[in-house]
Amino acid sequence: MALYRAHVLICHGTGCVSGGAAKVLDAFKEELAKKGLEQEVLVIATGCHGMCEFGPIVVVYPEGTFYSQVHQSDVSEIVEEHLYKGRIVTRLLYREPLTAQKVCHYKEIPFYGKQHRIVLSNCGYINPDNIDEYISRDGYQALGKCLVEMTPEAVVNEMKKSGLRGRGGGGFPTGLKWSFCAATPGDKKYVICNADEGDPGAFMDRSILEGDPHAVIEGMMIGAYAMGSDEGYIYCRAEYPLAIKRLQTAIAQATEYGLLGENILGTGFNFTLHIKEGAGAFVCGEETALMASIEGQRGMPRARPPFPAVKGLWGKPTNINNVETWANVPRIILQGSECFAAMGTEKSKGTKVFALTGKVKNTGLVEVPMGITIREIVFEIGGGIIGDKKFKAVQIGGPSGGCLVDEHLDLPVDYESLTAAGAIMGSGGLVVLDEGNCMVDTAKFFLEFTQRESCGKCVPCREGTKKMLDILTRITEGKGEPEDIDRLLYLGNQIKDASLCALGGTAPNPVLTTLKYFRDEYEAHIFDKKCPAGVCQSLLSYTIIPEKCIGCNKCARNCPVNCIAGKVKEVHVIDQEKCIKCGACMDNCPVGAVLKG
Amino acid sequence: MTEEKKKIRSLDDLRKIKEKTGDLTSARSEQDKVKIIIGMGTCGIAAGAREIMNAVLKELEVRNLHNVAVETTGCIGMCQNEPLLDVIRPGEPRITYCAVTPPDVSRIVSEHVVNGRIVQDKLFGRAD
Repeated sequence: MALYRAHVLICHGTGCVSGGAAKVLDAFKEELAKKGLEQEVLVIATGCHGMCEFGPIVVVYPEGTFYSQVHQSDVSEIVEEHLYKGRIVTRLLYREPLTAQKVCHYKEIPFYGKQHRIVLSNCGYINPDNIDEYISRDGYQALGKCLVEMTPEAVVNEMKKSGLRGRGGGGFPTGLKWSFCAATPGDKKYVICNADEGDPGAFMDRSILEGDPHAVIEGMMIGAYAMGSDEGYIYCRAEYPLAIKRLQTAIAQATEYGLLGENILGTGFNFTLHIKEGAGAFVCGEETALMASIEGQRGMPRARPPFPAVKGLWGKPTNINNVETWANVPRIILQGSECFAAMGTEKSKGTKVFALTGKVKNTGLVEVPMGITIREIVFEIGGGIIGDKKFKAVQIGGPSGGCLVDEHLDLPVDYESLTAAGAIMGSGGLVVLDEGNCMVDTAKFFLEFTQRESCGKCVPCREGTKKMLDILTRITEGKGEPEDIDRLLYLGNQIKDASLCALGGTAPNPVLTTLKYFRDEYEAHIFDKKCPAGVCQSLLSYTIIPEKCIGCNKCARNCPVNCIAGKVKEVHVIDQEKCIKCGACMDNCPVGAVLKG
Repeated sequence: MTEEKKKIRSLDDLRKIKEKTGDLTSARSEQDKVKIIIGMGTCGIAAGAREIMNAVLKELEVRNLHNVAVETTGCIGMCQNEPLLDVIRPGEPRITYCAVTPPDVSRIVSEHVVNGRIVQDKLFGRAD
């Protein structure tokens, strides 16, 4: 094996690929060949580094130099200066938004400083398309340890002791779940990986699958051994083509090595793994709907019990965990349950990956120990609010979650404290909102999503979410009625209690929590017909301040519906009846004479 | 992944593959390593630093040394003494060798990098 003095890691997560990472990689290969360095500098594509905002990202080892927003035209300079002459190209270094300082090394970036990357430890570090790199980082050693040194019961007990809880949103103790399936008699059992990540703005599972697919496969195999299963499915949405491609490569390579198939590691353990592509229905993230979809039926949930551990896929005992949960398994086995349980809070152990999005300076993927505060995530890792506006809320748990406000900033992030505050851990979506966001509009956005994704099987979810959305829509249009708040509360609580599955059971959460913390905004919409954040178009009006208007006619010329009257050098007036509130007049006024309110 | 893969039939097989593949990612490791730094300013290149670099890489490969980071650096202002080569062993001072020739590389690697004995006749001094 040739020795490479330097490794150039080019992020090939979905974000960086969209930013042109593939061209950057080609350019590196070309430039290195020109300089005759191709035998001493290795170029590889990795999974996501999490800092998607600053992609494409290139990391050069052994120095660990972190270059951000690298364009293909920058490559020849990096090769000539850094790789040939040893001079770091400072203009391409990542600039820390808080201090505006250039940061040279990966580990010195504050975004990573507060993080604790365990599940993501290989993401952005290894080439996901090369099983040898995974093996070089202790890959499949945990499986070997289980098969050779541990009984299935011992594996289940180890998981119980670790305190790992389901990372898909429910937070059910993983070891306990495994013990149910293990205890059910049956000659055929299935393990399933739920990779139907559908929350708007969430991409934790996608990044793990793209960056470290073997960790998920190894985790599933350990689970299969512990529960007596020999067959597994990864249910991944078809909208994740790169994740599916990397999984296919990973499965093919593991099969080639004999790590998947029959008599694995000579222990008599057999395991085959399939990928099932989902068509993108949000409800298929619900476990019973997911299994129906694998069976080829319409993806709709059914009442539980019986739980999948008793009667699952094709009526056989089945265990379903999500991507992040499975990816935690090999690390727990290898490092020991005590090591895992030492991280986090009393009831929530280990780490959690969040997709940090919205109005923060550093958006991306972050992995933090349980018990960290929202403040640390938003203001230290996230670098604070864009434009230094005022923080308003975070929506945690996506459309099934709720919002947390100022008073929760120092709340430790764990399953219990989030539920107590009316939100949920969820699968890890974390959307930051600032003073420019209207909370009624935000609640409406998430409810529109769940309403559209409701499968229609049960009445509370099908009809109830529709009614709630109707009410929210009329509130944002200035047609809200005084009783509407009570109606929303009544409907919301009914839907929560009476829905068949968690989709309906959690759909009202965004409305209920925004009502709890921002009732005044709802009241302003209903009684004063005003949107305090200036978002809801129907409640806005644009007027021209006569004292300021210079009669330049620019507003009238740019108005798409010709609703502004006025001659040159005279004061202009907007016809409120015709105005569509597009804001073009305000954008084009050279003297700021247009008022929005 | 083009060559035919040997099947992994036991945990021992797996461990052997791990040993074999260890250096795939070792260059990215943050662990304490011995550093060899070669001056690759214009002066260094003109004095033959590329040949020194090639000799270093070859020597490391021959000796199967994976825990060594090879870095390059720019001109440090002592152009008449190029090619310059620095060795830093973890916890030890940065030692600079001057006017290094390819045959010297083998000695520096075996004496200093592996055994921790400074090669006195090529020594320029301590850089820190």
